[in-house]
Amino acid sequence: MTTATDVEVVDLATTPLRELNQRLHDGAAGGPLRWRIVNPNGAHAVAVGVDAPFEIEIEGHTGYYTAGMNKHAHVRVNGNVGVGCGENIMSGTIHITGNASQACAATGRGGLVIVEGDAAARCGISMKGVEIVVKGSIGHMSAFMAQSGALVVCGDAGDSLGDSIYETHIYVRGSVEGLGADCIEKELKEFHREELGRLLTAAGADAKVDEFKRYGSARRLYNFNIDHAGEY
Amino acid sequence: MSDYNGQAGDGMNWQPGLRESYIFDRNTIEEIRRAASQGIYDIRGFGAKRKLPHFDDLLFLGASMSRYPLEGYRERCDTSVTLGTRFAKKPIELKIPITIAGMSFGALSGQAKEALGRGATMAGTSTTTGDGGMTEEERGHSEILVYQVLPSRYGMNPDDLRRADAIEVVVGQGAKPGGGGMLLGQKISDRVAEMRNLPKGIDQRSACRHPDWTGPDDLEIKIEEIREITDWEKPIYIKIGASRPYYDTQLAVKAGADVIVLDGMQGGTAATQDVFIEHVGLPTLACIREAVEALQEMGMHREVQLIVSGGIRNGADVAKALALGADAVSIGVAAMIALGDNDPAYADDYAKIGSAAGFYDDWHEGKDPAGISTQDPELSKRLDPELGGRRLNNYLRTMTLETQTLARAAGKSDVHNLEPEDLVALTIEAAAMARVPLAGTDWIPGRSKDGF
Repeated sequence: MTTATDVEVVDLATTPLRELNQRLHDGAAGGPLRWRIVNPNGAHAVAVGVDAPFEIEIEGHTGYYTAGMNKHAHVRVNGNVGVGCGENIMSGTIHITGNASQACAATGRGGLVIVEGDAAARCGISMKGVEIVVKGSIGHMSAFMAQSGALVVCGDAGDSLGDSIYETHIYVRGSVEGLGADCIEKELKEFHREELGRLLTAAGADAKVDEFKRYGSARRLYNFNIDHAGEY
Repeated sequence: MSDYNGQAGDGMNWQPGLRESYIFDRNTIEEIRRAASQGIYDIRGFGAKRKLPHFDDLLFLGASMSRYPLEGYRERCDTSVTLGTRFAKKPIELKIPITIAGMSFGALSGQAKEALGRGATMAGTSTTTGDGGMTEEERGHSEILVYQVLPSRYGMNPDDLRRADAIEVVVGQGAKPGGGGMLLGQKISDRVAEMRNLPKGIDQRSACRHPDWTGPDDLEIKIEEIREITDWEKPIYIKIGASRPYYDTQLAVKAGADVIVLDGMQGGTAATQDVFIEHVGLPTLACIREAVEALQEMGMHREVQLIVSGGIRNGADVAKALALGADAVSIGVAAMIALGDNDPAYADDYAKIGSAAGFYDDWHEGKDPAGISTQDPELSKRLDPELGGRRLNNYLRTMTLETQTLARAAGKSDVHNLEPEDLVALTIEAAAMARVPLAGTDWIPGRSKDGF
């Protein structure tokens, strides 16, 4: 019999990924709330589709789609993650102590994703409500077609930031190599200061609100206009 | 006379001595005038309207001295098909080899989605969500529902993934291979906006590229993730627009598809540039054998099922697609017409919006008099979902009976036993594309011993 304080340890060196994910899915009906996954060795799709308020700690680097479509769980990866970590996250948190590859938190609809290091290209692409805090820098085409939610970057942002953005709030402390179509610098209003401050606190980021600039949509491409055809 | 741009010489303004240009016919001239006036390309729904080699260019041979037919009304001729036998724990069993293609809530009204679900369920087949997510009307009335994973990921969530019966990763669409989509602001109601996490009234673009994978190697990993999330229960389809069907089919198999959906350029769309619809992709007829041979070379024909779509209208089209090697077909435009799209009963309403029954294709504008491609509550009410469902069921049953009729005439006790040997082509082009002999000859262009 397990209790809520027990930690279920799963060694991916000896346990098939399928078995791990099945146990996490079945565990939503009861069982241990704390999970520790060791020896991921770059495996893809680790802890995907979890729908329970688990605390999941992954010791080591993971491959693609770590904690994809997460609901409710609090996932911590002590290492780097591959492409699409936290893709379509619905709720809960994903905390990455290393770097994140491309498309981190792509299309995420809720929850919080924290990257202690850098995130590569297309961080927050098509994000739909997720909140992302990257303590390092992000690559090009980040927040492409970003719909809602917030992206905080304590370092620098690559080229074409926020291309074709809708209503996502982007905050960047460092330099921006270039803004994408319809993305402009915007005023940091009180609402945004509160939002940014809350996210910096939640992520434990050593940065001040006043150090950031905000970027968002100029809303010039919201309805097709032939005079803007070259910008689409 | 122009095949693509309409018929010259049949208009009201023709007089003896007036000769219409073949290439600058009235439709072409009108399009130039419209472009000069508006400064923007024409966007419309429907599929390719130009004349293309199609199933009409093929004929069945029927039984003869050396072939034994089945009695047309009594002898058994199976139509069922199982999809997803390669990896899925829970393959799909369809009673007929005709499915309903993905059409979004947003592009279509809630009533239309419900009607599609009702009709498909009565006929024992599946329907498919489309861009914009899964609605309760659709899930509730569709016994077998395929959930599309599209580049936009509008409405995507793990709960709907799990309550789907199959999952279709959409790489491309026959009407616009390489293109994304656009739902214009006038069709963005409160509900559509909420489902897509976007403000009301703005144009909603559907990206042409997926956000979290970029090629077949990535897609293989993406599919693994979807399977893990859904505990390997669901068949996973990959839908491709017909452009390089041989290679795309092989890459889809490599990426782990249970089912491949191959959509030719006659396949419909809710809204795309006319120039895209008419000038990109391959005719449906030209891509089936390419895909089938790709599967056969990999030893995957029938193991990975092939669904063909794009211009399927009747049982003859179904039978011919199956004879060329498809496991099933899918319909979109035809299903809308069965529900009541382009109904002459609304002739006056079509005229008011500058169209006519039989020609209406401005589905993106949200003014559909038949209440199908609209979000207008008053127009939507015109479609009774129960009646629409019954009409779709009637249509699906008719197509199935027609398919069986042709199969029995060819001596087949299962519609899937139809084969290329049962067919001939009426044109050299169709013979080359379908890889069946030109009627009255044994010549398959490009396949003869001398290479001709």
